[in-house]
Amino acid sequence: MSTDQTYVIIGAGQAGGWGAKTLRDEGFDGRVVIIGDENFPPHERPPLSKEVLLGDAEKETCLLWPPGTLEDAGIEMRLGESVSSIAPDDHTLTLANGETIVWNKLLIATGGRARSLNVDGADLEGVFTLRTIGDAEGIRSGLSEGSTVLVIGAGWIGLEVAAAARKRGASAVVIEVADRVCARALTPEMSQWVHALHERNGVEIRLGTSFDHFAGDGKLERAVLTDGTDIGCDVAVIGIGLIPNTELAESAGLDIDNGIVVNETGRTSHPDIYAAGDVTNHPNSLLGRRIRLESWENAQNQAINTAKAMMGTEQPYAEIPWFWSDQYDANIQMMGLPEDWDETVTRGDRVLGEFVEFYLKNGEIQGATAINNPRDLRFTRRLMMSGKKFDASALADTDIKLQKLLKD
Amino acid sequence: MSDVTFHTAAKTSQIEEDEAMQVIVEGKEVAIINLGGEYYAMDDICSHAYASMADGYIEGDCIECPLHGAQFNIKTGKAETPPATVDLATYEVKIDGDDILIGLPNG
Repeated sequence: MSTDQTYVIIGAGQAGGWGAKTLRDEGFDGRVVIIGDENFPPHERPPLSKEVLLGDAEKETCLLWPPGTLEDAGIEMRLGESVSSIAPDDHTLTLANGETIVWNKLLIATGGRARSLNVDGADLEGVFTLRTIGDAEGIRSGLSEGSTVLVIGAGWIGLEVAAAARKRGASAVVIEVADRVCARALTPEMSQWVHALHERNGVEIRLGTSFDHFAGDGKLERAVLTDGTDIGCDVAVIGIGLIPNTELAESAGLDIDNGIVVNETGRTSHPDIYAAGDVTNHPNSLLGRRIRLESWENAQNQAINTAKAMMGTEQPYAEIPWFWSDQYDANIQMMGLPEDWDETVTRGDRVLGEFVEFYLKNGEIQGATAINNPRDLRFTRRLMMSGKKFDASALADTDIKLQKLLKD
Repeated sequence: MSDVTFHTAAKTSQIEEDEAMQVIVEGKEVAIINLGGEYYAMDDICSHAYASMADGYIEGDCIECPLHGAQFNIKTGKAETPPATVDLATYEVKIDGDDILIGLPNG
């Protein structure tokens, strides 16, 4: 595709990085500029709450490609810079330093930021959220033998922080306002399994517990609960969700509704502006509804598909959502976003901690959660895509390979 | 002296068609893959993350990493889909009776 056009990507995370690289991989030979406000090349975030937090890996493990890969592909890297506004009708954007960049097409991959708490003491040293490399390095420095880590919110980030704290010899207390852990993502039975996993590893989990504020003299010393009791702690990590970074798109006049609204090819309400990754509200034809995903795989694959659409190859994007978490020696994976099911089937051994839970409605698999069985979980996507009905007793029989069920 | 040395790694009966198995040869993790009755060998650890390719599913001429879904060509080791961008090494395979032999480079 020989052109003198300029395509600009805002955001240098998983989606922005893959968007830029895909343009070149697919033969776009115009100007490609990627702008990222974190001063680090395009990177993925899953290791930040896992290997990097544990100290098993440095931040370079998060790089999507070896250093220099994008530069060698002739992509202009504007790292450590932020965009202050977009003027869609002029096809320009303005950087915080006042520089104007003219673009023909724009990809917004601004992701999200960690939700924080507007409470007393939130600015004390030792209080963190976890989204960026800087956050992970800050938390890691506080996870040591003898320290106490308080986690607010028993979601994936919070539980991964608790697991890292225990592995590094720190005490960990998790408080959660709901009556079980990961209540939005897991069934009650699976919540119980994960809860027990953490208790076995020495984490204190307090459910139905509301937090009020942090206290300390310059540095965090304790967290005060709404019932007036307090918990002494050296580090606190707030893990209560993500806010999509839609402000830039909103002030540019693009349609926003829990994320930047895009169509099935990633195009926003402006014909020359696209968006991909955690920031998008996109249609998913396999689920039959619009969704906004905070997902590593979606950030990668939606961005690849959208970059191709920018070049004129418009294919609808839809995948069955897939997520994973690592806590202690448990690899937890989820397929689908099941909303409604009438039967739960367990395949494998709950006590040994190697099993899959399938959620069926009229014999069709709506979703699944796996503990230490990525192989079967991954194949579940194919079972779901087949549109077939499955027999619960066959799914539960570990002597029958899932491949065989698909061939029958 | 030839460039590779063959090591007995498995029995053909151990790997069903369109299945894979991890073997350790000379301290190295190798995936042996039975693709439609033909045996192939490649590095077992995904080039993207720490996962055993032998745990992956076979689709066409590719094997898919169970962790993040990267696909590699079984015959060439080529990284065909993201997130992997680095190919996996492949190894020569010989069948001697029931034995599967893997040729590892010398030195």
